[in-house]
Amino acid sequence: MSATPAQDSAPLLRVEGLKKHFPGRNGGVVRAVEDVTFSVRRGTITGLVGESGSGKTTAGRCLLRLVEPTGGKAVFDGVDLFGLSPHEMKAYRRRLQIIFQDPYSSLNPRMRVSGILGEALDAHGLARGKQRPARIAELLTMVGLSPEHARRFPHEFSGGQRQRIGIARALAVEPDFIVADEPVSALDVSVQAQILNLMQDLQQSLGLTILFVAHDLTVVEYLCDDVVVMYLGRIMESGPSRSVYARPRHPYTKALLSTAPVPDPDFKRERLILNGDIPSPLDPPSGCVFRTRCPYAGDACAEIVPPLDPIGPSHASACIRQTELVAAGIL
Amino acid sequence: MTDLPEDVILSVEDLQTHFVFRGFVARSVEGVTFSLTRGKTAAIVGESGSGKSVTSLSIMRLLSSPGQIAGGRILYRARDGRVLDLARLSAREMRRIRGREIAMIFQEPMTSLNPLFTVGDQIGEMITLHQPVGRAEARRQVIELLDLVEIPAAATRLDDYPHQMSGGMRQRVMIALALACRPSLLIADEPTTALDVTVQAQILDLLRRLQSELGMSILFITHNLGVVAEIAHDVVVMYAGRVVEQASVRTLFAHQKHPYTKGLLASTPNPGRDLAGSERQRLTPIPGTVPSITALPPGCVFEPRCGYAIPECRAGRPPLFPAGPDHFSRCIRHEIM
Repeated sequence: MSATPAQDSAPLLRVEGLKKHFPGRNGGVVRAVEDVTFSVRRGTITGLVGESGSGKTTAGRCLLRLVEPTGGKAVFDGVDLFGLSPHEMKAYRRRLQIIFQDPYSSLNPRMRVSGILGEALDAHGLARGKQRPARIAELLTMVGLSPEHARRFPHEFSGGQRQRIGIARALAVEPDFIVADEPVSALDVSVQAQILNLMQDLQQSLGLTILFVAHDLTVVEYLCDDVVVMYLGRIMESGPSRSVYARPRHPYTKALLSTAPVPDPDFKRERLILNGDIPSPLDPPSGCVFRTRCPYAGDACAEIVPPLDPIGPSHASACIRQTELVAAGIL
Repeated sequence: MTDLPEDVILSVEDLQTHFVFRGFVARSVEGVTFSLTRGKTAAIVGESGSGKSVTSLSIMRLLSSPGQIAGGRILYRARDGRVLDLARLSAREMRRIRGREIAMIFQEPMTSLNPLFTVGDQIGEMITLHQPVGRAEARRQVIELLDLVEIPAAATRLDDYPHQMSGGMRQRVMIALALACRPSLLIADEPTTALDVTVQAQILDLLRRLQSELGMSILFITHNLGVVAEIAHDVVVMYAGRVVEQASVRTLFAHQKHPYTKGLLASTPNPGRDLAGSERQRLTPIPGTVPSITALPPGCVFEPRCGYAIPECRAGRPPLFPAGPDHFSRCIRHEIM
């Protein structure tokens, strides 16, 4: 692991009790994100993982206030982002940037690459006048493209190259923190590995802090120092990647890991195949939201909303039967 | 036309599928050859633009204009024992095969189902279209099919509309639709790509169970080597419209004889390997991007991205070399792999 000294200091971002509710049909409420608490250490990559409907993307967007949160706090370098006025938030966006999943729809097809990157610089009054072309060339080189690419339009690039442009746009304002929202999900495997390595290199050379939102646990394992696992709007487990992957301490994490396809036909493992699908966030189960698919759910699981209990160094699990399941050799 | 070994249900020989547009020819599938053993699963694996889906649409004869089969044979052993060349069958003859003997499922179940009809109606239509049965009997068979694909409370769920179901349930409905006439061959084109991993595992399990119960042969199209390792017996690796490597699943994962397969595997995160005590690992990507099918490099199509390339690789299109028992590689340097 890249053990930079800064890692152990206060977290760059501390999310506390984050909530996002959307109005549903017939006066219902969609609890997309409910009571989400986690920290992102300075200079590290944290994976925010979950299946569709887990609220991971909404949580990521709330941090930049691209979606206005319903409640909670996001303390970034000592300042609660949710308490800022829109004007103040705009200034903070120079420090917090986002990379989107779809490199096709997130770049304006009518703008040249120089315009796309220039717009980001203009938003914060950076690299004006004569410095502009040099800065754009520098950004393109940084993400593995060439300065000549500045004159081209997005449609002239492949998916992987477009994602590099998206990354260059995020880096243009020299942010400290980047939310990467499924940046490799739309890419082919061979190209996906290129972008993951690029992100790893940039994180190290620029000392970035990254929240990597993903549905693919195996990708997160390669990239992230810490991991936060979400299900139906809530955190199920969080902790250092090494411990979570070596020994998941929540039945949901265990199921996710045991069902990820392994490219080895001789690999034998105990598989935990869940029944059914994720329930509707309009009508989540009482108590533990995972209980309807959990093979180990007991009566109490329907009553108690499990708190995220610490179980080891910065490792926490939201399962009331965790100790019991560990004792039984199941977790 | 009967030169098909007894245990082979499908044999694609030198298939060429072209898209002709304003006098311009895109050779999406160029000389693809492979066969599928009865009761087994063959996977075609490749990235976007590899021609894997066009190959499956060619077999089903579902290519839309300007796509056309420009050459080769698609030999299929029909249930009555005849060996048919699907590439040359009339549209009318093909309709008798499609659905009844060869069925297909797609990546996105929502776009393949009609939102205006209940799933029961849609599966029922399939049954009454191919069998002389009445409505009550069709409904009984629909329930049986929904049970077969493990949809809970099948007797009530058949009155649901597609939008009332989750992605996983809709894919089960698609599988039930495909199984309605008990096909001998199921073509599954990325059937789990749009699904979450926990649901993907359910669907792969279901397909394996159905195969062992019904003795169905499966042609599985995917971009995911992890899924290949889980479901396939034999593997065909495609790149830029060509088969670049072909072997049994064990052989392929143990000894890749083509640099593209090697590269694809090195790019794929492997959650099975032990990371404990080691430094965080890096994936080894393949440099560059897949070439456009209309602007292929001369020589070996993978040469510009290949770490093993030598000047001879640019000399001409390499043939498929035997690289071991039932193992083929389209690389002139396969011996050093």
